[in-house]
Amino acid sequence: MVGVVVAGLALVPLGYVLWSTATLGPGEATEFLWRPRIGELLWNTVRLLAAGVLTCTVLGVAGAWVVERTDLRGRNWWHGLLCAPLAVPAFVNGYGWVSTTHAVQSYWGAVMVVTLSYYPLVYLPTAAALRRLDPAVEEVAVSLGRGPGSVFTRVTLPAISPAVLGGALLVGLHLLAEYGALQLLNYPTLTTAVLQQYATVFNGPEATLLALVLVAFCLLLLGAELLLRGRRQRARVGSGSSGEPSRVRLGRWQALVAAGLAGLGLWSLGVPVASLVRWLARGSSTGIDGAELTAALGTTLGLAIGAGLLATAVAVPVVWLAVRYRGFLTTLIERSVYTASAMPGIVVGLALVTVSIRVVPSLYQTLAVLLLGYVILFLPRAVVSVRSTFELVPPGLEEVARNLGCSGFGVAGRVTLPLVLPGLAAATALVSLAVSTELTATLLLAPLGTDTLATRFWSDASSVQYGAAAPYALALVLLSIPSTWLLGRLATGASR
Amino acid sequence: MTPALEVRSLQAGYGPTKVLRGIDLIVQDGVTAILGPSGCGKTTLLRAVAGFVTPSAGSIAVAGSEVVGGRRQVPARSRGLGYVPQHGALFPHLSVARNVAFGLPRSQRRDAGLVREVLELVELSPSLAGRYPHELSGGQQQRVALARALAPRPTVVLLDEPFSSLDASLREDTGRAVVRALRAAGAAAILVTHDQGEALSLADQVAVMMEGTFLQVATPAEIYLAPAEPRVASFLGHASLLRGRAGPEGTATSALGPVRLRGAVEPGPVLLAVRAEQVQVRPEPADGAAGEVIDASFYGHDATIRVRLDSGEGLSARTPATAVPVAGDRVRICLVGEVVAFPAPAASATVDPCTDEPPRSS
Repeated sequence: MVGVVVAGLALVPLGYVLWSTATLGPGEATEFLWRPRIGELLWNTVRLLAAGVLTCTVLGVAGAWVVERTDLRGRNWWHGLLCAPLAVPAFVNGYGWVSTTHAVQSYWGAVMVVTLSYYPLVYLPTAAALRRLDPAVEEVAVSLGRGPGSVFTRVTLPAISPAVLGGALLVGLHLLAEYGALQLLNYPTLTTAVLQQYATVFNGPEATLLALVLVAFCLLLLGAELLLRGRRQRARVGSGSSGEPSRVRLGRWQALVAAGLAGLGLWSLGVPVASLVRWLARGSSTGIDGAELTAALGTTLGLAIGAGLLATAVAVPVVWLAVRYRGFLTTLIERSVYTASAMPGIVVGLALVTVSIRVVPSLYQTLAVLLLGYVILFLPRAVVSVRSTFELVPPGLEEVARNLGCSGFGVAGRVTLPLVLPGLAAATALVSLAVSTELTATLLLAPLGTDTLATRFWSDASSVQYGAAAPYALALVLLSIPSTWLLGRLATGASR
Repeated sequence: MTPALEVRSLQAGYGPTKVLRGIDLIVQDGVTAILGPSGCGKTTLLRAVAGFVTPSAGSIAVAGSEVVGGRRQVPARSRGLGYVPQHGALFPHLSVARNVAFGLPRSQRRDAGLVREVLELVELSPSLAGRYPHELSGGQQQRVALARALAPRPTVVLLDEPFSSLDASLREDTGRAVVRALRAAGAAAILVTHDQGEALSLADQVAVMMEGTFLQVATPAEIYLAPAEPRVASFLGHASLLRGRAGPEGTATSALGPVRLRGAVEPGPVLLAVRAEQVQVRPEPADGAAGEVIDASFYGHDATIRVRLDSGEGLSARTPATAVPVAGDRVRICLVGEVVAFPAPAASATVDPCTDEPPRSS
């Protein structure tokens, strides 16, 4: 029952978009969508999507290969550096660049900034897949006379392609959902247009229609990924223990590769951090409002922890059902939760605004709706991480405990809970950290007077008060560091 | 004739730890098994030959041409060696046919006849060519892995514990099929294994390896019947080491009474390698040395029991399945046949490998 309610909630955004489009009538919709402005937005979105996904994939895969498959010195350091851009939210990165030079307010500038922000989403799963890959497979290819290039394209790449595709899909979804960075870079896409529409005419059908197009794009991406993934078998044959892979010797390329990675690090981290520090120094001369900062920090932490606990609490029954009572319905419930991961924050926000106004007006503009929005948005992350911990508790373990005379509660308290508690804590932390830097949905759903770090930063940065925005930006970066560290560890530690 | 593989004073290690301490090996043709306990460096040797580990000293030549020597290192892809890793490592995204053709020159990769030929060589039905690796059984996967290694016609094939992931019944059949295929293809092979049955039954030459060096390189029969040193004797077969004293007449005295020795041995203190199948166990009262049964393992066709002699030394013995004593039984022991003796090292530094206790002096 709980599961059905959760699934229902998770499907609210999708349902809202479909329903409101259906009520609009096809004539009106086509008339609105058939305008040059929409064409321009579509073209902007598509070319940003194509170029951004491509550059992120190339950078991410190349970085992962260099770190995992060559004898590059200081691999762990480079791994950390390549993950680190995740700690700078994309809109903070955009702020760092745009406050340094206005040259980035162009198509290529937008492509560069989103690439620098999002390539770790490809790098991380690819590096993890390379590390899990049985090196014997590559060694056999070498012993059959293949050079490093041929081994990579014919053996390694097919084996890691699910990870690469998954990463590329994530990048695509993030690009579609990105609002802050692109708004700062003055690059209009569907998402920024939705928010503009919303700001000017509040909740007209235009915003909804644009949201529908956005959702269609997301579903298209999901479908494309499924199609590319195909049904080819990639499961590893046999249960070999993967040893240390033999690494390609870089020789005199060593310095060049290291310089390239250092340049990437400088570009993706150095520029935003430097400009942040510069604005911080300049801003402190005019004085920082400490009280406002602490208030925003307090609100952010409160919301983050609340949403984290709530999302984890909701994730537990969903996962429990899916893991222990496998069936059509339970799988359906789990899947429906994942659809939210394809929904941009802006669509979730819009849906909740509309639904709360129409169905339960008393809830509109309350923290409850905001928390609900966070839960819908980040439930997939909680589910993924809760699921992996529940799989650590095989049913056999509980049966043994029962066999030793434990009651149902005894089993939960003495066996299950101690085993899953660290995983639940990690899930809560991941969601909390994501919430603390969330911008788009917060802008739509936060009650008047509720300021988080992200919204405070946004109101300053979007009105070109770069100095005033700097402390908030710094706080956002600091808040993102733990989850970045956690993700970096997960990618490399899982198989060691 | 040029040997298929020649390894000279090869040394290798990971950082400060030395794994190979000067290995010499000549493989003329046929199958050479490298036998040793896990961690003795046998896989490192194989990987050094294959080119995945860079040796710190020594040389390796394949069919007369040097691939490692001095500062010269031919990259792994140009060595022309077949390599079959532990679990086969078939490319999961390619069909059997494309797996087998992977190492062939581009012009031959589409040649279905060639693939069929190689599959038949490893005794697989050509109808499997269209299957994917996950649709094959473990034994079939190993054979495809061998077919893939054999397809480019290498002079030497390197096999890294290729049968360890198969269950016991499959292991023997697959092992014999692999050796037949290697012979038919005219390829020499190095078979790394920790299973002495596998090494003795499949190989033409066995190299016993321990702690990074070869203790003995010889034919299987010679290794078993004339071990070069006590460690070889105790590693192969259930040989127990007993102290004794060799006399001038080709006999020795020991806790089991007088025993006949194989070959000439200098008079003086010796270690006697007593094989389990040479030991006859009878219930008391009977002739022979007295002892007590510590435990018995029943295998069906026979049983292995461990006995502590009253002298304090331990011993393994094989007994027929019809008369297996139980732990605590008093028994009498006597020996059948000749025993291999080694000049004893000073004092009682050796530990009997078949019991966990240090031997007590009598």
